[in-house]
Parts: sequence; C-alpha cells; structure tokens
Amino acid sequence: MSARRFILFVLAVLLVALVGAPAFADEDQVLTVYSGRNESLIGPILAQFSEDSGIAVEVLYGGTSAVANQILTEGENSPADVFIAQDGGALGALAAADMLQELPEATLDRVVDPAFVSPDGLWVGLSGRARVLVYNPEMLDELSLELPDSILDLPDEKWRGLVGWAPTNASFVANVTAMRVLLGDCDTEDWLASMIANDVQAYPKNTPIVQAVINGEIPVGLVNHYYLYRFLAEDPEITATLHFFPGGDVGSLINIAGAAILQTSDQQDLALELVDYLLNDTAQAYFAETTYEYPLVETVEPAVDLPALADIEAPDIDLSDLADLQGTLEMIEDSGALD
Amino acid sequence: MIIGAVGAGQEGVDYLLRTRTILIVGNSVGLMLATTFLATLIAIPFAWLTGRCDLPARRVFLVLGLAAMVIPSYLTAVTYSEAFGPKGILQSALEPFGVDRLPSIKGFVGATLTLTFVTFPYIVLPVHAALLHADRALEEAGQSLGLNRWQVFRQITLPQLRPALSTGMLMTALYCLSDFGAVAVMHFNAFTRAIFIQTESFRMDKASVLGLVLIAMTMLLLILQSRLQSNGRHYRIGTGASRQLQTVQLGRLKLPGVLFCAAVIFMGVAIPLLVLFKWLAGHMLTDPIRVPLETLLRNTVGVSAISALVVAAAALPLALLAVRASSRFDRWLVKLAYAGNVLPGIVIALALVFFASQHMLTLYQTLPLLILGYAIRFLPYSIGATESALEQINPRFEESARSLGLTAREALLRITVPLARAGILAGLALVFLNVMKELPITLILRPIGFRTFATRIWSAYDEAFLSSIALPGLALILVSATVLFVILRQEKAVP
Repeated sequence: MSARRFILFVLAVLLVALVGAPAFADEDQVLTVYSGRNESLIGPILAQFSEDSGIAVEVLYGGTSAVANQILTEGENSPADVFIAQDGGALGALAAADMLQELPEATLDRVVDPAFVSPDGLWVGLSGRARVLVYNPEMLDELSLELPDSILDLPDEKWRGLVGWAPTNASFVANVTAMRVLLGDCDTEDWLASMIANDVQAYPKNTPIVQAVINGEIPVGLVNHYYLYRFLAEDPEITATLHFFPGGDVGSLINIAGAAILQTSDQQDLALELVDYLLNDTAQAYFAETTYEYPLVETVEPAVDLPALADIEAPDIDLSDLADLQGTLEMIEDSGALD
Repeated sequence: MIIGAVGAGQEGVDYLLRTRTILIVGNSVGLMLATTFLATLIAIPFAWLTGRCDLPARRVFLVLGLAAMVIPSYLTAVTYSEAFGPKGILQSALEPFGVDRLPSIKGFVGATLTLTFVTFPYIVLPVHAALLHADRALEEAGQSLGLNRWQVFRQITLPQLRPALSTGMLMTALYCLSDFGAVAVMHFNAFTRAIFIQTESFRMDKASVLGLVLIAMTMLLLILQSRLQSNGRHYRIGTGASRQLQTVQLGRLKLPGVLFCAAVIFMGVAIPLLVLFKWLAGHMLTDPIRVPLETLLRNTVGVSAISALVVAAAALPLALLAVRASSRFDRWLVKLAYAGNVLPGIVIALALVFFASQHMLTLYQTLPLLILGYAIRFLPYSIGATESALEQINPRFEESARSLGLTAREALLRITVPLARAGILAGLALVFLNVMKELPITLILRPIGFRTFATRIWSAYDEAFLSSIALPGLALILVSATVLFVILRQEKAVP
C-alpha cells in the first residue's frame, strides 16, 4: 500500500467517524426518564408525549429492580427526572429512601382506587396488571392435568418440568415479595426451593414464556395477564388462555405500573407534565388498547374481554408493603433460581 | 473494581465461599474445557483438509469457515435456540418421524455448542498457517520409513502443530471465559452471566467480587499456558530452501472430507444466516418499536470508527515502547496496556460504571466513557499488530535518517510510522470489527438512548421480537464481512 492510500484510508475512517458523530449530539431541554417497563410497552406513548408537548425525552430502559437500584446507587447524582416502574414495590423502595417528590392532589385524584396510589402521595399508578397462569388447553388435556387452585400447588410432582417462570422479572419479584408478606419468609423460601426441585423452566422475561406456552413447549407459565393479548392480536386462532387463581390466592396479585418524580430532578414542572400526560384519557386508552392493561382512571374502560379488576379475587395486600426488593432478590438468588 | 470488592468486605468473602459461587467456577471451567476440546476436534481436520488436501475449492471452504468469526456469539446462540429448540426448526423437520419435541438445549449443551462453532476459526487460523509451513522433508522421511498416511499425520505433522494449536486453544479458552452473549442466551450460569445479573440489579459489591475471581481465573490460565508451552524445537533445521508442500491425495475419503467441511460451515455460518432470513420474512409478534436501520448503522459504525482511531493512536507509542523499551518502567507500562487480554468486557464495563457513577459524574453515561471501555478491552489487539510490524523495521533506517539530520520525532513520523502502516491498519481493522459486535461493554456503558446493532439485537431478543433481530443481525454480519474482506485484499497488496 502506498503512503497516499494509507492516508486516504485513515481519512476515510475519520470521515465515517465524523458522519457518525452528530448522532451523539445532545439536545438542550431533555427530560430523562428511567423506565423499568419494556420499551415495547411504554416507548410509543413516550414518543407521543414528545410529539404533543415538544419536550424531548431520553429514556434509560432496564429491569424495574435494576433501575430502582441504579437510582438508589446514583443517589443525589441521579440524572433521572421521572421513574416509571412496573411494580409498586420498586416505587415503594424509592419512597422509603426519601427520594421521591410528593405529587399534587389533582394528579393523584385521577386514579379511582386508592389502593393504586401511594398513601403518602409519592407515586401514582398508571395501569393495572394481574398475575396469572397462562396455559395451553390442548397440552393440559394431553397430559390430563387440571388447572391448580393455588400458585402453592405448582411444586406438586405432577407439574414436574412443566411450569415456566421468569425469576429476574420485576413482576415475578413483586409476586414473591407478596408471598413473603402474606406467608412469611420461611414458607416463601420453601416454595422457591420446591419449585426449583420440581424442575421449573426459567425464561428471561414474560413474553418468551407466553411464546413457549403457545408453541407447546410447556403447558403453563406464571406471567402478567396482558402478554397473551399481544399474541392474540397477531393471531386470534391461538388457544392459550389465562387462569386467575381463585379465592384471594397470592398468585393472583394485582400490581401496577406507576410513575414517580425524583426529588433531585431540576425539571419538576416538565416531569409533572409527563406524569399527568400518562394519566390523561389518550394515554390511558393507549394502555387499555395497545398494551391490554387495566386503565386506572374512571373515564377509560379495558379494551379486551377481561374480568373486571374488582372481580379478580386478588390477595388483600398493600402495594407499599412490597418495598423490600433487595430482600426478595437475595432470596431468589440464594434459592438457586438464577443458576 | 478492587475498591468495590474491598467495600464488600467480609460479606464479600462469605459470598465468595458459598457453594453457589464455587458452582459458577465449575460451570465456567467445564464450559471452557468442553468447548476448547470440541473446537479443536473440529478445527484440526478442517484446517488440514482445507490446507493440505486435494479438496475441491478448498480456499472457498476455508474462507467460508473463517467467516464464522464475524458472527457474534449472541447471534449464533439466538439462532441455535430457534433451530434446535424443543419446537424449533429441527423438530418440525423431524415431525414426520414422530418426534414431538426435542429436549431443550438451554444450559451447558447449548452454550458449548454455540461457543464451539463461534471459536473454532480461532484454532483453524494458526493451525492452517502452521500446516502450510510444516517441513516436507520430515514427512517424506516418515513415509520412507514405512509409515502410512495416518501415522505420518499423527507422529510427524501433529507434533509440528503444537505451538499453533496451543495458541489457538488458548484464544478459544479465553474467549469462553469472557464471552457473555452465548451463556446469557443459553441460560448457562457461567461467570459473565452471574456478574451481569448482579450488575443489572446494580449490586456492585457482589459483582466486583465475582469479577475479581474471573480475572484471577484468566490469569491462572495464561500462567498455566506459558508453563505448559513445550520447549521442543518446531522450526526447520534442514539445509536448503524449504520446498512446496506435497498435497495429500484424499482418494475415496474425498467425499467424506467435503461433507465434513460443508457440515462445519453449515453449523457455523449457514444456520445463523438462514434463521435470520427466516425471521426477516416475518414472525409472530410485531415489534411496536421501529428503530431506523440508518440510525443503528450510523451509531455502530461511528462509535467503532472513533474507537478504532483512538485505540490506534494510543497503541502506536505503546508499541514503540514495547519494541524499543529501555527502562523497567516502560516495560511495565506495556505489560499494563496488555491487561485488556485478561479483562472480560463485562468486568471492564462494571469497573467503569462503578467508578464513574461514584467519582467521575461528568463521564457517567457518556460516549467518552464507552470509548474508554472499548479502548481498555481492545488496546492489546492494536498494540500486538503494530508491534509486530515495528519489529520488522530495521532500526538502521531510523538511525540513517537521524544521521541525515532529522530529529528523533521527524525520523519517527517520516520513516518508522509509514513503514509500519500495514500493521497499524490491521490493528485498526481488528479493533473496528470487535467494537462493532461487542455486547456487554456497549450495554452497560452506553449513553441513555444510544443504540447500536448489538444493543438492538439484544433488546429485541429480550422481548422476544425475533423479527426485529433479523435486520440489525444481517446488517452487522454484512458490514463485518465487508471490512474483513477489504482487509484481506489489502493485506495481499502490501509488499
């Protein structure tokens, strides 16, 4: 290679670098959102907010517990303005650490059921989601298995190797926390251990579990209710169905996806504008119609054929009591669920 | 990193000594041994068939086999899950024969299978080169003493390959220890996955403890390798010019030979590509998030190019030091720069994110930090390439230039650097290719909202939007393959 070609080559690389560089340029007025919700669920409505309000939004996506822990670690230095979680417990953890800004009455009053709002007004629910057992009816028939009455029945020998779960998923973590609150740590540890001993199948997230149930890889899986509807929207022929554990079983926990504003945010007004936007009818209808969750405001109805939120025989639990994320994460890790 | 681990203190020690942690060590070692063994088993015949035998179109086979290098491990793993899963492509092909479902390949089997076909080119490359430079006279001597073909291969050819083999096997082993993508996708609890889970929960103390153990394991491996390196003689001592090597006539073994090479290429290259094309045609779930390919391309190529330039600029003085090192400090500095070799990407990312979030807030979640992460990881690649080029330059050239009145710096810039340009370029390309597909460093250190091919593939996989993996996956492979091809062409043009 001649010297000239060498120089040309280096110049070419430099040019590529420069062309790439503008993509990294920062905008001035940016609202930073830390989201524990998947981009596919919350991304479109955040983009809509940007378009409607003219406020640029930058989003960090991660698991809810991960993002909550990240904010706790960053402390005062956190660049986050708004925290969106898919679990009341994570919001409770930040509230307990005194990191959240109190929300105005007008915002909190949008949500009908006080169970879905922080008792201290520090966070607000955006949408409701129920924990369910998704099942493949043909496969259950083939295996001549009946649907269980309780999540606590799943460690039974007849379910060996047939149950799917997502042990690092925040909704699952919240469900385990609820179990700790209602049954105590000892029984919860036993449940985890016996599930693992029963060869429970681990998945990274809810969607792959539903996919596996539809494909017939496993007959049942522990997930949130709305994932199945996303598959049904693509293919109405899918026979997989939801099972709500009856009688106030801890397996039927109703959790929320919610939002909070960080005390350390220097853009409180813009942050509040976003939270209010997520509670307006457009956004609530988006949650109902696009993510198939329960809207939490009076004026919007669920879009799919779901049992009414009030009709689900959910366990009696205060979402703020689910704040001990760290304890649950350690218990799950110690149980060997992640190995 | 050490600060983080020390911060963990007694709790960290307890954590370390738990059976679970020991289990993780066992997992990583097991994966490393199994993969290295299998990859070697595949690579030796592959290199021999494509290098020394009368295989039809053997260059084509070789290049296609080596192409497996540009497919990142996470893509291979994701596509293998689709192809060999319980209800995957293989199962539907076997359906007519009454195969209702296949056992899951998640775990050890899947991780080993993936890494075997990702790493075997790292053994093929040195072994192939060594085969071409083997001493013909020795083989002829063996034949004349009545050895058959197999005996010649076993007793004469194979021992000559030992240095090349150990280099390749070491690279494979290091790859296995530091790889994150394959073990994460296959749910195999090796070190990198365990660290990632801790990092994801932002539990830095535990992650740091695990990270230190992983570094210790890597260093142990390097020490072991240098101990084991045989002291025997592998170079030619016969007099006269070495002659063209004899091509082995395969005869009736030709068909099995072709089939073997084709099968290896099928596993390493064809399956990932075929599955990606299948997903491109559509899949069950539509992804509501659309990221323009152009943005991804721009980000990926942009950050890779900047990193490659930064690394090359940092590598040149270090490589000069390495070649002309005079003081102990210089040598020590160069050794330090090679640290990236024993630091898996996830460990570097973890240390930097921990450090920046606590002590260097201006760098936290910025592009410079990301590039710094890449630089630490891939600096050795660039130094290595530059160093070997510099070593071939006769110091007399520079001395003559000095005697003709140039200052030291002028001599360096006008004589030495231009002479070493091939090596500098090779380093540049190597870093570029590796940054493009690097996953854990990008995932952990990227600025908010910054997406590359790698992060896009990862998040689409995470949410099971398989059709969203296809386009970035194919684009990543295409760009890498093009760069690799251009470099190989250039290398030929260099005198």
